[in-house]
Amino acid sequence: MKLVKRLIAAFEERTGLISALKNVALHPVPPDTGWSYVFGSAALLALIIQVVTGTALAMGYVSAAGDAYQALQFITNDAFMGSFLRGLHFFGASAMVLLVGAHMTQVFLMGCYKYPRELNWITGVILLVLVVALGFTGQLLRWDQTAVWAVVVAAQQAGRIPLIGSALARFILGGKTLGAQTLSRFFAFHVFFIPALLFAFVGLHLLLVLHDGISEPPVPGERVDPKTYRERYRKLLEERGVPFWPDAAWRDVVFGFAVVVAIAALALIVGPPRLGAPPNPSLLAKDPAPDWYLLWYYAALALVPNELSSAFIVLAPLLGILIVLLVPPIWNTGERHPRNRPWAVAATIMVWLTVGALWIEGIRAPWSPRFEAKPLPSSVVGASNGPIFRGAALFHDKGCEFCHEISGYGGQRGPDLTTVGDRLTPNEITIRILNGGYNMPSFAGILKPEELDDIVAFLESRTAHPSATSFGSARLTKAH
Amino acid sequence: MTDDSHPQSVPNRSREADCGRRIFLARLSLALAGLSAAIIAIPVVGFVLGPLIQKFPRVWRKVGRVDDFKVGETVKVDFLDPSPLAWAGVTAQTAAWLRRVDVNNFIAFALNCTHLGCPVHWIASAQMFLCPCHGGVFYADGTVAAGPPQRPLVRLPVRVKDGQVEVLASAIPIAGYAR
Repeated sequence: MKLVKRLIAAFEERTGLISALKNVALHPVPPDTGWSYVFGSAALLALIIQVVTGTALAMGYVSAAGDAYQALQFITNDAFMGSFLRGLHFFGASAMVLLVGAHMTQVFLMGCYKYPRELNWITGVILLVLVVALGFTGQLLRWDQTAVWAVVVAAQQAGRIPLIGSALARFILGGKTLGAQTLSRFFAFHVFFIPALLFAFVGLHLLLVLHDGISEPPVPGERVDPKTYRERYRKLLEERGVPFWPDAAWRDVVFGFAVVVAIAALALIVGPPRLGAPPNPSLLAKDPAPDWYLLWYYAALALVPNELSSAFIVLAPLLGILIVLLVPPIWNTGERHPRNRPWAVAATIMVWLTVGALWIEGIRAPWSPRFEAKPLPSSVVGASNGPIFRGAALFHDKGCEFCHEISGYGGQRGPDLTTVGDRLTPNEITIRILNGGYNMPSFAGILKPEELDDIVAFLESRTAHPSATSFGSARLTKAH
Repeated sequence: MTDDSHPQSVPNRSREADCGRRIFLARLSLALAGLSAAIIAIPVVGFVLGPLIQKFPRVWRKVGRVDDFKVGETVKVDFLDPSPLAWAGVTAQTAAWLRRVDVNNFIAFALNCTHLGCPVHWIASAQMFLCPCHGGVFYADGTVAAGPPQRPLVRLPVRVKDGQVEVLASAIPIAGYAR
């Protein structure tokens, strides 16, 4: 026992590490920071989970484009606890994105980014970008069909940037086509390059937290003035400061424990994302959508007006990052409490509503044609021969049903046609089919005249009142 | 971190006398450090950017005999990409949409939608290409029919040689900025 004590003392005398750690653990922090301050440390915890689970996964992973898919199947289906581990890594990543989002929201709403903590905000935004980059490259390492097409989509977006676009696209693909280099490069990005940057910025971020101290909970009416802030903060710590460990840290640990339990439970119950079809670029992917944390942006790309898509792809991410990066640090003084910052609260709500709405749309993906749409059942068609019957068959075969819904069948890209017979005359329907529109192709060169008649007859029979059906088709027959 | 055994600053007397020498040594050290970094960085950066410089061979790939294709039909043809590495596996596979326009003429389209590059699906009964990602639609001749794409499908060079249809295995078309 004495020997251990002497060894520890000798170690401390030579390194000073123990007292340095003690100083960090016991450094005074403002009192009553409460539960809203737990998200940052939880995000750090999620990062640690990612490093640990990722390192373990790397022992089973093969970063060769031809073999990665089989390696993933081995990890998922054969390796001991492999599926659990993949689940942990996926839900750990999801938790990290969510926690970073929650942390940013709290810091913004409580004005914690104001003087002297502007650089903490800026390094935080850089960390957010790196976390999303890790998420995206991580999805690619799940080297299945979706991953392969996600690389192509990323390269296309990069390609829109003037001047450097095609070089950047080639950089992302690792050449001019998908291939062996694509995966091994993304593996290096995901496992070495981006984490190295992330560690550097996490280090800086934490150093700044220690240097400037944890911000005190905001008090309405108490304004931040760079001339007086530091003195006031010093006084607060002197008079009412509490040691970080355990007075503030215990909440971090309790919340962190809940995060770990949630991640583990999801990994066990829901399991890792299923592997799609093999990464063969000659197979046509049915739905190459990104993982949930980028789905909202993917949805935005579908909803932006078609003519503006290039400008949006280039400018939106740049402007978005620039605004988030610089605007808060520019407004770095004054009121901190959200009660007296209505615009800050409104902006936060607006951002979350926008992202949330885009998320929902991204999940619904009404713009995606429903290739799997089945021919309409006879109960919906209401005829077993004649023009209406033939029109219904054509409605499916000519692809109308991929985009238009009738009585709950079909896609949602275009208007629901369940009762189109009530809205449009046969002439109007004919014009629309022949000419097309903004998101509808013209069928002028595709449909034969008799096919067009059948489809129009079928559509005119789509009314809210079944009795009108016979009238509609009678009218049409008379017209010819 | 602060240790009393370290003096906080160098003694005054040595300052002025050594000034010039000190500046020289500082600059020398910085220059050598920078040079060392450059020596290592050049091959590292070069390797990372390698795919930008790498040669891209032009290779014609046979996709089938002329008689295999019916006039007026569009089919997917699979082939190998131009310079597959040994460990690329199925990733080296690629494909194109091949249309036999008439007895003598073929056209080939890259699979990629000109919006974001997703693979378009040929719907033979509707005579259109549909993109699963954001609902882009193209006519049989590759022109835009509807949806977000602003440009027609990219055509790949195709030729007939010794009764075989050959497609020029090409780069993934990157659309670039479109107004």
